[in-house]
Amino acid sequence: MFEIKAKTKIAPDIYRLEIEAPLIAKKFKAGQFIVLRPLESSERVPLTIMKTDPQAGTITLIVKAIGLSTRQLCALEKGQSVADLLGPLGKPSDIEKYGTVVIVGGGVGTAVAFAVAQSLKEAGNRIITISGARDESFVILEDDLREISDELIMATDDGSYGVKGFVTEHLRSLYERGEKIDRVIAAGPLPMMRFISDITREYNTPTVVSLNPIMVDGIGMCGGCRALVGGKIVFVCVDGPEFDAHQVDFDSLMRRNNAYRGIEQEKEHACKLEAEIEAVEHDQ
Amino acid sequence: MTNNPLPLKERMAIQRHTMPAQEPQKRVSNFKEVNQGFTPELAREEAQRCLQCKDAPCSQGCPVHVHIPDFIDQILAGNMLGAADAILQDNLLPAVCGRVCPQEKFCESQCVLGKKGNPVAIGSLERFTADSTAEARAARPQGEKPAPTGKKVALIGSGPSSLACAGDLIRFGHEVTVYEALHAFGGVLIYGIPEFRLPKTIVAYEVDVLHRLGVKFEKNVVIGKTLTINELFDEQGYHAVFIGAGAGLPNFLGIPGEELIGIYSSNELLTRVNLMKAYQDQSVTPIFNFQGKVVAVFGAGNTALDSARTALRLGAKEVHIIYRRSEEEMPARHEEVEHAKEEGVQFTFLAAPLEFLDNGEGWLKGVRLQRMELGEPDASGRRRPVPLEGSEFELDLDLAVIAIGNGSNPLLRDTPELQFTRRGTLEVNPDSLQTAKAGVFAGGDIVTGGATVISAMGAGRQAAQSINAYLSQL
Repeated sequence: MFEIKAKTKIAPDIYRLEIEAPLIAKKFKAGQFIVLRPLESSERVPLTIMKTDPQAGTITLIVKAIGLSTRQLCALEKGQSVADLLGPLGKPSDIEKYGTVVIVGGGVGTAVAFAVAQSLKEAGNRIITISGARDESFVILEDDLREISDELIMATDDGSYGVKGFVTEHLRSLYERGEKIDRVIAAGPLPMMRFISDITREYNTPTVVSLNPIMVDGIGMCGGCRALVGGKIVFVCVDGPEFDAHQVDFDSLMRRNNAYRGIEQEKEHACKLEAEIEAVEHDQ
Repeated sequence: MTNNPLPLKERMAIQRHTMPAQEPQKRVSNFKEVNQGFTPELAREEAQRCLQCKDAPCSQGCPVHVHIPDFIDQILAGNMLGAADAILQDNLLPAVCGRVCPQEKFCESQCVLGKKGNPVAIGSLERFTADSTAEARAARPQGEKPAPTGKKVALIGSGPSSLACAGDLIRFGHEVTVYEALHAFGGVLIYGIPEFRLPKTIVAYEVDVLHRLGVKFEKNVVIGKTLTINELFDEQGYHAVFIGAGAGLPNFLGIPGEELIGIYSSNELLTRVNLMKAYQDQSVTPIFNFQGKVVAVFGAGNTALDSARTALRLGAKEVHIIYRRSEEEMPARHEEVEHAKEEGVQFTFLAAPLEFLDNGEGWLKGVRLQRMELGEPDASGRRRPVPLEGSEFELDLDLAVIAIGNGSNPLLRDTPELQFTRRGTLEVNPDSLQTAKAGVFAGGDIVTGGATVISAMGAGRQAAQSINAYLSQL
């Protein structure tokens, strides 16, 4: 169960994983996510799904090995299995024919952006995709995005690949060139989603963001993933993960996502120390 | 027939025995079980107190009607496996219920001795019976399997209602599969109730008992998402479904500042600590640093007390329970309140929070409270707390835990034909526990809202009877 069927490194520390999960592959709708534990000892990590192959019974995840658990996941090789995998969780994205939809993806958020773009494309929308990366080495999923986009803007912060500049600047230029945008979907780091939301508010464009808060169970039990949307408490795991960007309180969400930063660093530091001590003892 | 050597008068002269417990000063720094259980001598002496009442009012007070005088009599006969079997007829989770059941509200509240002084310590005897026979029960061969009926039942959730339901259904000869969304079985027994009240090895043992009886357990499946109820019938070939999905999302106070960092719901704190073992050094699930901190817990149920006592064990310097009514109205078990007091939890009654205060960086630094007084009784029969004007005061805090109950689990709300109340709980026929959808039954917190383990088990058993009757007509 939950065997890794394929693993590709697509950028520094970023991996594309295909994992066997037939029930989830069959049920998945764009916008949904899974919760997994790489090892029996790992914490529960929520990750969005890029796409699924119901025939092969696999789901595709794009994972950045950034914390302990994602590093554990990315250290697994093809043929190994993850300990636990639960999904598909959350509400699917609202897929309708809106007209022209701009999809903005940043970092591994590009995975869920791709999923939503693909479904919106199938529903007859015109898709303009803006994909942002720090530099050329972090450009991901270009071929996949090209396939489902009517227009694709690959942007890097330093201009080392595609066009130079942040995704926000390219969104603004779309408005400036007179593009009539009916809807914007953004998925990526919280600061990016907030800046996108600020721009689209000026133009009154309905905007949806896919939130990625800290979660524990993912099934509507612990309340850890709560966020303020329109002044009310929502639970991202069951009420989301997509919300009206113009109603989201990004400040409190960013604080919540950083709540454990110091603690995790201490923990990792302690882990590294232990590993070093062990290594030293081993050498002796 | 009785195995009690003592005449009634002498039985009544014996004082109730209390289980040995870890010393308060010692136990606040560990997560090991507080109560240590009766010794065989204590158990025997306590068992001798039972009057063997003919009409067994204690059994009538038990939601699953355990034959209490019978099992106590078997203890006196020195037949511990016989005692265990007398309980197991009606309750498959004796080690759990012997620990977390509020006996003072059920069996012990009906004990004749209770009217004259102190009731028989039925819960402690149940626990002793379960624990002292655990190895022998695991080692003995399974009895003959009942004739298979060819009927399949799916149970949603692996908490107490499903486990009790599974235990009966498997003995009726049905094929039983329990679906669990999390990575461990036991529901609230695993993620909710702390290790120091209910060791997780005990829960694993009870689950294993069912497994050996033939109950199948599937984790990582969330019904309503991975599979729908209709798919369980149409594609997976089930003939009936029991929903024991439990309570759901935590309630919040709805006051300003609740989004500050440093405020947990009790569900989140307990899930991190119990399910994810955040109290262990090797756990990778992070938790706020409680060392030397001042913590307030809002609420007065068992979950609030579990949160407060967990906070102490995580190293908190001061833990306050803040409750808007008085001690008399506390819904928590008396034993838990006493244990919490011994451990140094401080209680502030008749105070309600108005606002959480920000340290300027988005972290909690305190709470503004208002004194209350008790007015007329409300719909629950408890006296309604009324704010005292001009009585506001502040309390400095590092961390807070909100433990004021749960809503219902939201994942099954989209299921066609199921009907939900305005509170979000499932509507069922009170006699059969059948939902509005044929062949689908439900019990436990998803029907009642937050209640007790034993009530959920009672509902699971009631549903098993109805499911059996339903299946026999198919």
